[in-house]
Amino acid sequence: MALTREQMAQRVARELQDGFYVNLGIGIPTLVANYIPDGIDVMLQSENGLLGMGRFPTEEEVDPDMINAGKQTVTARPGAAIFSSAESFAMIRGGHVDLTVLGAFEVDQEGNIASWMVPGKLIKGMGGAMDLVAGAENIICTMTHASKHGESKLLEKCNLPLTGAGCINRVLTDLAYLEIKDGAFILKERAPGVSVEEIVEKTAGKLIVPDHVPEMTFDE
Amino acid sequence: MAGFDKRVASYEEAMEGIESGMTVLAGGFGLCGIPENLIAEIKRRGVKDLTVVSNNCGVDGFGLGLLLEDRQISKIFASYVGENALFEQQMLNNEIEVVLTPQGTLAEKMRAGGAGIPAFYTATGYGTPIGEGKEERVFDGRHYILEEAIKGDFAIVKGWKADRYGNVMYRHTAQNFNPMAATAGKITVVEVEEIVEPGELEPSQIHTPGIYVDRIIQSTFEKRIEKRTVRS
Repeated sequence: MALTREQMAQRVARELQDGFYVNLGIGIPTLVANYIPDGIDVMLQSENGLLGMGRFPTEEEVDPDMINAGKQTVTARPGAAIFSSAESFAMIRGGHVDLTVLGAFEVDQEGNIASWMVPGKLIKGMGGAMDLVAGAENIICTMTHASKHGESKLLEKCNLPLTGAGCINRVLTDLAYLEIKDGAFILKERAPGVSVEEIVEKTAGKLIVPDHVPEMTFDE
Repeated sequence: MAGFDKRVASYEEAMEGIESGMTVLAGGFGLCGIPENLIAEIKRRGVKDLTVVSNNCGVDGFGLGLLLEDRQISKIFASYVGENALFEQQMLNNEIEVVLTPQGTLAEKMRAGGAGIPAFYTATGYGTPIGEGKEERVFDGRHYILEEAIKGDFAIVKGWKADRYGNVMYRHTAQNFNPMAATAGKITVVEVEEIVEPGELEPSQIHTPGIYVDRIIQSTFEKRIEKRTVRS
């Protein structure tokens, strides 16, 4: 079975480490915040200028001056800091964020990512994604492995205009967890009940399959 | 003698001198921390052919979206647009030129503009459509593109508290692009919720020192919320 969105978030959350500053993109990455393992403390960065994003507010706590990068009302956790957009992107571009999780339309075996523009469709903009991928050492892309029509999104070379070049080193799809290294995808884990053959079939880019590919496990 | 007193008495006075064809830098992220009354004054004046530099372009009927109604904006530098139907329509009809700019690059362009730095190298956008046609250089084995600073004829800024000398503090995440915009306007206008006496604000807590600010005005704000999200 392909992973659900919640399972994808759970799997990404296992990559969090105690003391990490983390930027979570919109969509599945946002859900990662719900699965931070017990006993570790992470600080969530929101690129509109908040380090230490807290929970959503109660009705009484709603404050129009307190939003996240998705423009949702939020709170600040104890120990949070608030600053300007220039300061926020200084910490992003400067490589101070430990982990960035974001979605993508396509990635390729060279670590290129396309996530912001489909020619012919309305282009709304890249927001902070180009800065995030250019600045982070450590990025996990969350995406579906193939389109609804079965076309692979893990490619030899991205077809769509890029968000960043050579910057992605890990990908979690609904079928597999992979690393990108030296011009190839390396299959590290597969979703429960998903065969290596299916992953091979749905990966258009160069794929290295180790002898043993463990199956992910999830608590009920 | 006005000395350092930057207060103006009316919005008409606050935006005195704005003309068609000018470049206006605006603070704000989504609808958070936008200079909503200064935008409304620009609409009232009916100036056209403006170049606007702002992370977003408001929503239909509010914020910078107001300036779309009478087609006052001919060009915009922004990182994310299209939250409003009118914007999409004008973009598709080529009535508005959109220069999509990565968010961090946009912030840095304004910061550099105010800091006397004409251009800077950044890795952001290298190898993407944003880098096409821009000067490239390699530092320490990494590729960078040259991005130019932006300055405005006007900067419109939303603060929280200011003293009458124009020292400004922002509230929570309503800070966002406001401090950078404030530094990069030939004329910087700040609207705030409260103007206090000099000495009342802690000097070390000032976000925008008064040297950047030309005019301040106190007002009330609707502060519309774009995506009200609460926990149950």
